[in-house]
Amino acid sequence: MFTSPYITKPVSVSEIMLKVMLALLPGIGFYVWYYGPAILVSITLASVTALATEAAMLKLRDRPVAPFLKDNSALLTAWLLALSIPPLAPWWLVVVGTLFAISISKHLYGGLGNNPFNPAMIGYAVLIISFPVQMTHWLTPHPVGHPELSFIEQLGYIFSGVLPRGLTLDAVTMATPLDTLKTQLHLGLSVGEIRDMPIYGRLAGKGSEMVATGFAIGGLYLLWNRIISWHLPIVYLGTLYATAGLFHVIDPAHYVTPLFHLFSGAAMIGAFFILTDPVTSPTTPRGKIIFAAGAGILTYLIRAFGGFPDGMAFATLLMNICVPLIDAYTQPKVFGKKAKGAQK
Amino acid sequence: MRQLHRFHGGVHPPTNKTQSSETPIIASAMPSKLVIPLHQHVGNIARPVVSVGEHVLKGQVIGKADGRLSSAVHASTSGTIATIGYSKVAHPSGMDDLCVTLIPDGKDEWVANLGADYRELSHTDIRHRLRDAGVVGLGGAVFPSDMKLYGGKHQIKTLVLNGAECEPYITCDDRLMRERAAEILLGAEMMRDLLHAEEVVVGIEDNKPEALAAMQQAIVDGKHARMEAVAVPTVYPGGGAKQLIRVLTGIEVAAGVRSTEMGVQCFNVATAYSAYRAISYGEPMLSRVVTVTGNVERPQNYEVLLGTPVAELVAQAGLKSGTQGYIMGGPMMGFLLPSDQVGVVKATNCIIATAPTLFPAPAPTMPCIRCTRCAEVCPAELQPQELHWFAKAREFGKAQDYHLFDCIECGACSYVCPSNIPLVQYYRYAKSEIWARERDKTAADTARQRHEYRQFRLEREKQEKAEKLAQKERAALLAKQQADAAAATANTDEDAQARIQAAMARVQAQHDATQPRNTANLTPEQQAKIDEIEARRAHIQELAHPEADLDKHHEPPKE
Amino acid sequence: MLTALLVMSILALVLGAGLGFSALKFKVEGNPLVGKIDAILPQTQCGQCGYPGCRPYATAIAEGEADINMCPPGGEEGIQKLAELLGVEAKPFGAGAAPKPKAVAFVDENNCIGCTLCLQACPVDAILGAAKQMHTIIASECTGCELCIAPCPVDCISMEPIAESVTTWKWQYPVYAFIPSTEATRR
Repeated sequence: MFTSPYITKPVSVSEIMLKVMLALLPGIGFYVWYYGPAILVSITLASVTALATEAAMLKLRDRPVAPFLKDNSALLTAWLLALSIPPLAPWWLVVVGTLFAISISKHLYGGLGNNPFNPAMIGYAVLIISFPVQMTHWLTPHPVGHPELSFIEQLGYIFSGVLPRGLTLDAVTMATPLDTLKTQLHLGLSVGEIRDMPIYGRLAGKGSEMVATGFAIGGLYLLWNRIISWHLPIVYLGTLYATAGLFHVIDPAHYVTPLFHLFSGAAMIGAFFILTDPVTSPTTPRGKIIFAAGAGILTYLIRAFGGFPDGMAFATLLMNICVPLIDAYTQPKVFGKKAKGAQK
Repeated sequence: MRQLHRFHGGVHPPTNKTQSSETPIIASAMPSKLVIPLHQHVGNIARPVVSVGEHVLKGQVIGKADGRLSSAVHASTSGTIATIGYSKVAHPSGMDDLCVTLIPDGKDEWVANLGADYRELSHTDIRHRLRDAGVVGLGGAVFPSDMKLYGGKHQIKTLVLNGAECEPYITCDDRLMRERAAEILLGAEMMRDLLHAEEVVVGIEDNKPEALAAMQQAIVDGKHARMEAVAVPTVYPGGGAKQLIRVLTGIEVAAGVRSTEMGVQCFNVATAYSAYRAISYGEPMLSRVVTVTGNVERPQNYEVLLGTPVAELVAQAGLKSGTQGYIMGGPMMGFLLPSDQVGVVKATNCIIATAPTLFPAPAPTMPCIRCTRCAEVCPAELQPQELHWFAKAREFGKAQDYHLFDCIECGACSYVCPSNIPLVQYYRYAKSEIWARERDKTAADTARQRHEYRQFRLEREKQEKAEKLAQKERAALLAKQQADAAAATANTDEDAQARIQAAMARVQAQHDATQPRNTANLTPEQQAKIDEIEARRAHIQELAHPEADLDKHHEPPKE
Repeated sequence: MLTALLVMSILALVLGAGLGFSALKFKVEGNPLVGKIDAILPQTQCGQCGYPGCRPYATAIAEGEADINMCPPGGEEGIQKLAELLGVEAKPFGAGAAPKPKAVAFVDENNCIGCTLCLQACPVDAILGAAKQMHTIIASECTGCELCIAPCPVDCISMEPIAESVTTWKWQYPVYAFIPSTEATRR
């Protein structure tokens, strides 16, 4: 016998996750356009690994497998992880990352709803610390790179590590725009000189700026459908913009424009898809604002002064730690208890 | 135009009201029996004052209000009391409670009832009459209305009449307002008088334009001053008393605070109607309007005698096949009835016949993903997900810190939960556990107090005994010493004789002085009567004597 | 070097003074632990623990003489709470000390001879009566300690379990539709 309410709104966890994945499609589309279909291979690899790991872990934990596999949460983690790894990464890199994300950072903490850290970002962090070299071989985008690999050639490299005769890895890959910016700044070049390099487009890196735009479009779709609340992406991007802007105003030769930051690296996908993971973000409106602002500042600080080219993943993980504390201190006042002098 | 406010959250479930709202209220047929629970209100259960086999008239009290917070229960029609005992009642527990079963004689014969113009009665008198008439809040809380119609030291500005009826499927208030608006408003006038309230505002959700129009017309026709019927936005739970007060006046009444402290009081429109009938016609609460809907051929509002078995009521609406049970109340806050034989009570505003097609079984429950959709719709501005975790982990203290008792159990959170978590059930569970613990705690505290008092008493008795003993010993010692001394000083027997004589004289004098005073100066008749009584007493004593002996004989030996 | 020493010693002095001050300022009179333990005990005063009442048992626990699993009326929850308060492991009840459902005493009025023995046994004065008068239990005050049963010379007192009623009924813990029993029925 079940109790009231006897009617429910027909929206489920799996639908929410599915809509989020749907919103990733524009970004993926641009990705394929600029970098070739290699990313689809990573996504597929990650998806298969994620589902298999999820099923195995559920079995081990004595939980029903079918309903949890159907909730799409493992798939979403896989997609987000695949999108943050270089598309030409060897197959085992994707598999190891996904395995770690699903088994260690999700199921060992209690599975869906209980993981304190964003699983995709944990997977990314593990890979970038363990395999820094493989994680820097990003494909050159389509209008920049000359020797472009065909799909078969990409597939061949991913699974066997063999490139077509006469090509070296360095010829077909490059560092990310953020990474290049950092290295060149170290070499003493000014921002203006660096931005004149062919890999940069109007806003940020050629290709990657369009991918970021794609994710932003998907994010707006999520906002429109109220799948995510406005607090996280807007405050995150706003804080990142403001922090970057402040430094840019102080010294434009050393600090790149704030728009460059918004459209580089994982800022857009992070703002709309990673920070907004409900499980690992605060629940209160004020908490969300604090969380997103903290992540924004940390992202900038890591990018500008840290050892890694992008700071999104670590900023997210660092703020994830603070979530219980933020939640505890930002409990909103309840109905009837807002007025001064109201009883406790 | 009145400035309306809004409350946080709320949901828009499909209303499903038109099925039953378009046909007039009709009287339900006389049932074969009436099962009338004696506990249809908040407070103490009514004390049964009839006996099995007794013939009662319609409106006759069968259960008297017991204590301050209680309400009377009446025979809904004339007939014979068949049983007084425990049987299933309309309660989510599905447990038995004390009910009076009445077999109608079909004559529907009224007990003599006296109507009066409320303006000619004192306020105390009106409250007593309402209590004796068993008038309780008909919005679902069934709180005795007389208790709420007392402003005390607080100045009441606004009397809010609740005609919002926000729950899906229910249309009984809608029909009542369309058909009996004038009497509702007369009831409101009386309530305003009792509360010394300045204005009356009737809140009606804007999906009931006919009811709104009828009420507005009745205000004009009845020449009611400072009275207003206002359309409020349709959003569930806009008919919650606190939410409606917020929308109409902007005042937020916190949990544990009486709305009168903030200058507002709120009644359901049906309560105003019943209160008016109770005073003006002397009609106690014997029936109410009930929406019968769901899996039935002809969804319809019925005027139903309290105690009518649900099965006999829904049969009139043409029960369709596939019905699996009955929800009392709406689909958001109602509960499944434990049996179709339970009687309609004062809180029954709606009976929904359920079928899997209308109310499919809930989807499997998934873990909470902290999406906070529940927090977005919570009208009490709580964090339902936090409460859920605490209730689930049985951390009741924490749940209370997060304002569990501000939850009005409206079900909006469960309605939107993508994980299909039975959130409200968690809150109800936590609340009833906390209440049980508080009961245990109070019981333990009383027991401790009583035990400590007993220890204290035993100690005191021991001391008193010891003191008495010591005193006696002292006295004995003193007497002995005196005696010794006397023996030493007294030379002759005469001395002692004289002292004894004197003492006897003193006793005699005392005895004379303590003669009963009222026996002096008696008339001969009185003296005769006293003699007669004395004689009778002596006779009785004589008769009783042998028995007393027998008694002694029968006393069991002590071990 | 000297500054470091100076800083450290000043710090030590300040902190020491602070500690000393708070020790005086927030001094707690008596042994609050007994009161706290007593607050957890159910106050049935039944003596099933072997002590003549709840407070003596609380004192014994506080002094480390008694174990925490000797109070059946307190139930498993009582043990849990005591364990939590004292920072020790909870342990199950010993043999023969299992909790019973709550009950109140009931005097069979046909057999009562009015001997007042039960009145003297009742730890909370919950029996009304006098010599050669019928005795009756004040049910609302009865703790269900069963101490009145033994002294009754005619065995007219019995324990009646308290049945759940509509007013004391509790909502059930929600049971998940499909998650295995480990989650739903764990206590």
